[in-house]
This record gives sequence, structure tokens and C-alpha cells, in this order.
Amino acid sequence: MSTSDVTKQGVRGVRPGRDALVGAGLRRRKRRGERPMVPDAEFTSYYGKPIINRPTWEARDIAGYFFLGGLAGAGSVLAAGAHFTGRPGAARALKISSTVAIAGSAAALIHDLGRPARFYNMLRVLRPTSPMSVGSWLLGAYGPAAGAAAVLDVTGLFPRLGRSATVAAALLGPAVATYTAVLAANTAVPAWHDGYRELPFVFAGSAVAAASGLALAAAPTAETAPVRTAALLGTAVETTALTLMERRLGMVAEPYGKGRAGRLMRAAKVLSVAGAVGGAALGGRSRTAAVLSGAALLAASACTRFGVFYAGVASADDPKYTVVPQRERMFSRRAPGSGESSD
Amino acid sequence: MGFFTDTSVCIGCKACEVACKEWNAVPEDGLELTGMSYDNTQGLGADTWRHVAFIEQRKPVGNAEAGERGDLRWLMASDVCKHCTHAACLDVCPTGALVRTEFGTVVVQEDVCNGCGYCVPACPYGVIDQRKEDGRVWKCTLCYDRIGAGQEPACAKACPTDSIQYGPLDELRERAAARVEALHDIGVADARLYGDDPDDGVGGDGAFFLLLDEPEVYGLPPDPVVTTRDLPAMWRHAGVAAAALLGGVAAVFAAHGRTGGRR
Repeated sequence: MSTSDVTKQGVRGVRPGRDALVGAGLRRRKRRGERPMVPDAEFTSYYGKPIINRPTWEARDIAGYFFLGGLAGAGSVLAAGAHFTGRPGAARALKISSTVAIAGSAAALIHDLGRPARFYNMLRVLRPTSPMSVGSWLLGAYGPAAGAAAVLDVTGLFPRLGRSATVAAALLGPAVATYTAVLAANTAVPAWHDGYRELPFVFAGSAVAAASGLALAAAPTAETAPVRTAALLGTAVETTALTLMERRLGMVAEPYGKGRAGRLMRAAKVLSVAGAVGGAALGGRSRTAAVLSGAALLAASACTRFGVFYAGVASADDPKYTVVPQRERMFSRRAPGSGESSD
Repeated sequence: MGFFTDTSVCIGCKACEVACKEWNAVPEDGLELTGMSYDNTQGLGADTWRHVAFIEQRKPVGNAEAGERGDLRWLMASDVCKHCTHAACLDVCPTGALVRTEFGTVVVQEDVCNGCGYCVPACPYGVIDQRKEDGRVWKCTLCYDRIGAGQEPACAKACPTDSIQYGPLDELRERAAARVEALHDIGVADARLYGDDPDDGVGGDGAFFLLLDEPEVYGLPPDPVVTTRDLPAMWRHAGVAAAALLGGVAAVFAAHGRTGGRR
């Protein structure tokens, strides 16, 4: 840490910005095209220090888990679809990928704990107010189902049990793919919490795109027609939900467009459109095109999850995203004519 | 039981920080000079359960006459865990490590916490945090061991100006209301209570404050809401999204039919 020196020539290395920001009046930034609902709020903070504590989670573990959980959950749904419409190659690839992905998820989750040896404490209680508690039990049910579906498919043993496991994994899969959005939203992190309406759809769309991408890359071309459609659908849902979310969030959407999160979100958009459109146009004809499109879709989904993760961290680090919306909320509550609304 | 912290009489001596560390054996939290003010602790965290904020303003206090140095004032405030009535940290804890005690306070059971860290971003005040080398989360216990033995918490005991007061909440609220009125009477129009309203977003704080400026000036959120208030709506949205995923994929496969159908 640098310090200032008092010399005969005066003070050297004076550190600027020592004044408290109290009343300094950092003006609220206006987004293009946005109509200010209230007069510009004067924003003050305690020396620019964050108000909420930033998540202690590692991006690799938690954003990685968001991605892998989505890949696994949506993969099980697609696997069941492929299984019951006579596409065994695609079904097998998806069942295996779901099992590997969910095993990776569990490993990431345990690795991220401060006390990994105590991970089983997650199963002491079932608490509906804690998405992490609900998720632990969900993984406890989904993981074995997905694993059984894959093992029984590969070995060919007990086909009837294999079908049941496939169905069970497909029914639990959507919950695995979307509950992570609630996990992130159920925090005081502005960019996550305020997006709770759209985030599950972003995650669902992104999950379908990822699993479709995997099937596109790994399954025989003759069996991938439905997953090519699913990739288009997933990408459309994800992109639409993200657009709606950024529009509704107003200034809190800024972290999604800036810095590392912004770069990831833009990369995700380009990759997912390229992967979905490329896969739909060429994935049925060329194996190379199918593999490339599939890889682009997987990369896009990973970029989306890491982008959302970093946007949340950035919104936690800047007190303005905590203070300004809360000020606006108080203002609209006090404003005459507008009743108290909690939504 | 809870705290009332009257920041108008805080002298910034940090005896509360020291007493808290001594009594609870809280580790050292970083010895650095921030250069921003006399506050080198910066904020609450795993190893800081009391934090004295130090603010320098160009604002007169009440009717005080501006002297030679101009209208300068110092605000000092000892921050602490709010022990919310609706505590987000407790709601989101997946292990049941965070519990509400018989005193209405919120405490981490250190032998149960597995360090998942969910409570950290859930807290709307930025209080609870993870001790990196230990992995678990830590925060103010309102001296659970002391109050159980009929003692007041270490910080309140050590406070030389009674800025930190401990007692039954309704009694503290009465005292606080009288103090605000007294301050208003002598011209300190800025004085206001923070966290005393049982109808606020967290159902009222077990530790509330008398502030002399807006909460965000002290690093406090102006209108905190427990995140789980919106959780039913979140689950509904996720349910719809999950159903859409299942239905959408089923529809896609139905439209494509069995293999050999249209490409």
C-alpha cells in the first residue's frame, strides 16, 4: 500500500479522493431511451463501499454448476424425447452427458463449500425458503435417476427400469435446470434478485440450447432433427427473456452490459444465434457443421451463466445498485396517488 | 432483546470493536490504513462484528454556529448485525446452522455451518461473511453467552457514552423515540430512527439506530427488504419456466414424430 511522504518540497504521493462522498451527488446514469420515472436521485454512499457483502462463491464452481445443471436437466428431457421417438443414439449421448454433468455439478457444489467434509449437513433439514436446501434434495433424487437411465441404457440391462429412470429424470430435469435461477435471485444481489421473473426463463432457454448443442455434436446426424428445432426454440426463449429482463431492470441492468459480464453476455448472444441458426441450416447435412454448431451452443450457454454470475457480483460491489432502486421504491411509496405496491 | 445504537452520542472510540473482539475471540481483521478516514475497519464481516463508521461532512449540527473551520461535522456510528425479525440469512440457510434464539436474536451454530455461503449475499445489510481460512460464516451473536447469563453484550458494556444500549426492544424503542424528540427540540432536524419500524421490509431490526443523516451515508441500505418476501413469486416463475421447458421439448419431439419423419 502506498503512503504519502512529507518532504522539503511538499507532500509527495498525496492520495486523492479522501473526501467522503457524502452529498457529492454522483448523478444517476440514464439509460438510452429510458424515461426517468422519478427525478434523478442524489446518490450518496459510505466512501463508495459496497452495502451488501459480495458472494463468496467461486465463479468456476457456481456459474459452472449453473451451466452443468442446465445441461444435465434439459438433457434428460431431450433424452426422453429421443428415447421414445426412436432415436437411440441421441438418447444415449444425452443420458451419458446428463450423468457426467450432474456428477460434475455435485463435485463443484461440494468443492465450493467452506467445509466440504460437512456437505451432508445439507440433508439435515428440508427448508422451502432456501432454494439451496430444495436443490440439494432435488439433486439427491435427480442424480440417481439420471445415472440409472444412462447405466441401464449403456448396459442394456432391465429395459423397463431404464425406461422408468428415463421418465423420472425427464420429469425432474426441468426443475434442476430452472431452480438455480431462484437460487441466484433469492439474494440481496440487485442484478439477480430484481431479475427473478425472467431469470428462470433465461436459464431454461439456455439449458435447452446447451443440451441440444450436445446432442447435435454427439448424436448421429439422422437423429438430430428435433434437437435442431429445440436449439432454435431455446435460443429464442433465452434471448427474449434476457431482453425483457434488461428492459425491466433499468439501471440495475447496467452490470449485464459492462466489463467482464458484458463481454460474456455479448459472446453468448453471438454464439447462441450462430449455433442455433447454423445447426438448423447445416447441421442435418454436414457432420462438421453439426459439431461446430453444437460446440457454439454449449459455449454460449456457459457464457450466459458466467455472464449472469459476474453481473451479480458487479452489482453487489457497487452501492449505487443497492441504494438508488431502494430510494426510488421509497419515493414511489410516498408519492401521492400511488398506493403501496409490493410487486 | 436487542440493541439501540444512538449515534448522536458516539465518540468513535471503537471500544465496542475492541470489547467485541476480546470477548468473542474474533481474529484480527486486517491491519491496514485506508487513507479515507479514521475508519480503518471499513465494514462488517466475518472478523468484524462491530464496526465504527466515521464520516466527515460540510454540514452544521443542529443550530451549532459555524466557527473558523467552517461548518464541519463528524458523524460516528457503531454498526452491528441487525438481528432482523425476518432474517434472510436464516431463511436461506440450507443446513439449519442459523437459528433464532430464545432472545429473538439470530445466531450461527458454528458446529453445523458447512460454509455454503448462501447467507452472505442474502443479507440485505452486508453483515454476515465467510472467514476464508476457516470456511464457515461468522457474525455478531449479540453475545449469546453473556445475555444468557444475565449480562449485557460486551460492546454495550464497554461503550463509555451509552451510545450502545441493550435491553428489551419495546423499552429501547420508547427511549429512542424520546431521544429523537429531544434532538428535534434542540434543532437537530436530521435525527431519525433506522430499523425501528416492525412494519419495514425486514419486520423491524433487533438492533436499530438513531442516525443524523440518510442511512446510505453510513453505508446502510435505505429500504432493505428480506429477499424471501418475493420467494413464492420466484418459485412460481421457475415452475412456469420448468413446465414450459418440459412442454416445449415434448411439443418439438411430437412435431418431428418418430425417426424417418420430416427432417
